[in-house]
Amino acid sequence: MVKLASAEAAAQKKATRAAYGATLAELAGEGLPVVAVDADLTGSTTTKKLADAGYADRLFNCGIAEQNMIDVAAGLSLAGNIAFTGSFAVFGTGRTYDQIRNTVCYSNLNVKIAPTHAGISVGPDGGSHQMLEDVSLMRGLPGMRVLVPADYAAARAALRLAAKTPGPVYVRMGRAAVPCVYDDDVELEIGRAYVLREGADVTIVANGVEIREAMAAAEALAAEGISAEVIDAFSVKPLDGETILASVAKTRCVVVAEEHSVIGGLGSAVCELLAASDPVPVEQVAVRDRFGKSGEFEELLAYFAIDAASIVEAVKKVRERAAL
Amino acid sequence: MDTAALQAKATDIRRDILTMITEAGSGHPGGSLSCADILTALYFGGVMNHDASDPKMVGRDRFILAKGHAAPALYATLAEAGYFPKEEIHTLRKLGTRLQGHPDSNLLPGVEVSTGSLGQGLSVACGLAAGLRLSGEDGFVFTVLGDGECEEGQVWEAAMFGAHKALGRLVAIIDNNELQIDGCIHDVCDPGDLGDKFAAFGWDVQRVDGHDIEALVDVLSARKAQENARPLALIAKTVKGKGVSFMENEAGWHGKAPKPEELEAALAELAAAAE
Repeated sequence: MVKLASAEAAAQKKATRAAYGATLAELAGEGLPVVAVDADLTGSTTTKKLADAGYADRLFNCGIAEQNMIDVAAGLSLAGNIAFTGSFAVFGTGRTYDQIRNTVCYSNLNVKIAPTHAGISVGPDGGSHQMLEDVSLMRGLPGMRVLVPADYAAARAALRLAAKTPGPVYVRMGRAAVPCVYDDDVELEIGRAYVLREGADVTIVANGVEIREAMAAAEALAAEGISAEVIDAFSVKPLDGETILASVAKTRCVVVAEEHSVIGGLGSAVCELLAASDPVPVEQVAVRDRFGKSGEFEELLAYFAIDAASIVEAVKKVRERAAL
Repeated sequence: MDTAALQAKATDIRRDILTMITEAGSGHPGGSLSCADILTALYFGGVMNHDASDPKMVGRDRFILAKGHAAPALYATLAEAGYFPKEEIHTLRKLGTRLQGHPDSNLLPGVEVSTGSLGQGLSVACGLAAGLRLSGEDGFVFTVLGDGECEEGQVWEAAMFGAHKALGRLVAIIDNNELQIDGCIHDVCDPGDLGDKFAAFGWDVQRVDGHDIEALVDVLSARKAQENARPLALIAKTVKGKGVSFMENEAGWHGKAPKPEELEAALAELAAAAE
């Protein structure tokens, strides 16, 4: 089983984005030809740490010009570099979708789309900045791998995987500080999901910040005598069908939780899998086809009904539907 | 330099462009013909350091066709240079071909990056020039943009970046034929004088007759022979449909294939002009 954080470490909170620049600097230190291309957000995304570590020539700031950012990264990759892009997820995928599609993916270039500030964790900035459709956009692209890490250690592992996997990879990072789930040195694999808590009565598939909510929900359910299995599907594409189907074979019902639109993200990916292989009832805990709103992250989790309590409710509903 | 031989190459390229588009039944003859002399100068005028037998040669100069719809001009040039067998031009746009409607770098040797979505090539060229400099390679990066393409905002994001990063080994050649699908660029949504615009963005700007192969070779070779503090925008004044009287300066020939009898007339004109 994958190594999880100790109880002490789990109490520490760090944002996934904090892993970005630090991991790039680490990779550069190991001799990998990584470059970062950002768009006036090198402090927020933390790509600046690559320059601070002595690799200033490997950080390219395009100014507020995200479309150029993606294609400059494409050009840098053509010269043999492993190119990581920055900006916030809303601009780094939405505004630049055509650049990612037609240049990065269509040419199968060694470019890693790794924006930060995804989802509602941007909080007070509001709906214009709360990107809830990025996984859907990126998942639909042929050749694109999609990773949604749950914590700092998983973000570091995802960035390292992206660097060492040829071709386009999407790594989704957030702004909010979240509890540590994994051991600091955890190594993850693309295409694998991880069972974080074993259970027999329901399968909860989650990723990103929803791992914290899913674990809290599982704890609450245990108090009511319901044993929930929690799976971290950090690799949305390719999805680990084997692990999910093995869990579903014993639980016969599924809740999928994600900090994303209900359309096109992890929930859709799991439904596609189950529809083809084992069509059991599924409830989705996700943002219901709407834009975000200003507010604090914790408030927004409840407001958009993607908090632990909403997962508990969804578990009860899905178990009823499954007549368990 | 043997100007007559280069002109003969350009004529061969035009013949192949027209033949392949006619056989495909679709494609973009106007903008392919307008950049045929530019490609001839780059690939056969001794400007670009390239080797068809080693398309990924270290230290090579790079070419990006930003205006990807002129793919037939690039294909004819690459075939002429020996990057792939010439018979393959007859497969343009057909199922299973390496000669996709717009260039696909995963399929065809000599194509550095896939293009087709306008406005992106200059950014890629900027990144490539910056990347070559970072790794200590001394290759130049050449790209050909359409003038209509310069209506894309991203072109000016790239222009800003290229000047800011002092990419002296980057040359953007603007195929300035003044026509786009819907008509004259000055009528559709006037991008103004593109040379003035690139100069305002901090680029060196030169102007050349885009059908004068000797002049093109002179300007481009001179550029390569010196150290440059700024990227170059070469405004190449061209004629859309150049070489075929009934296509010249006609926006209608932007994206329309000739009928077989039109091809016959066009090839006869090219042959007569070559004599």
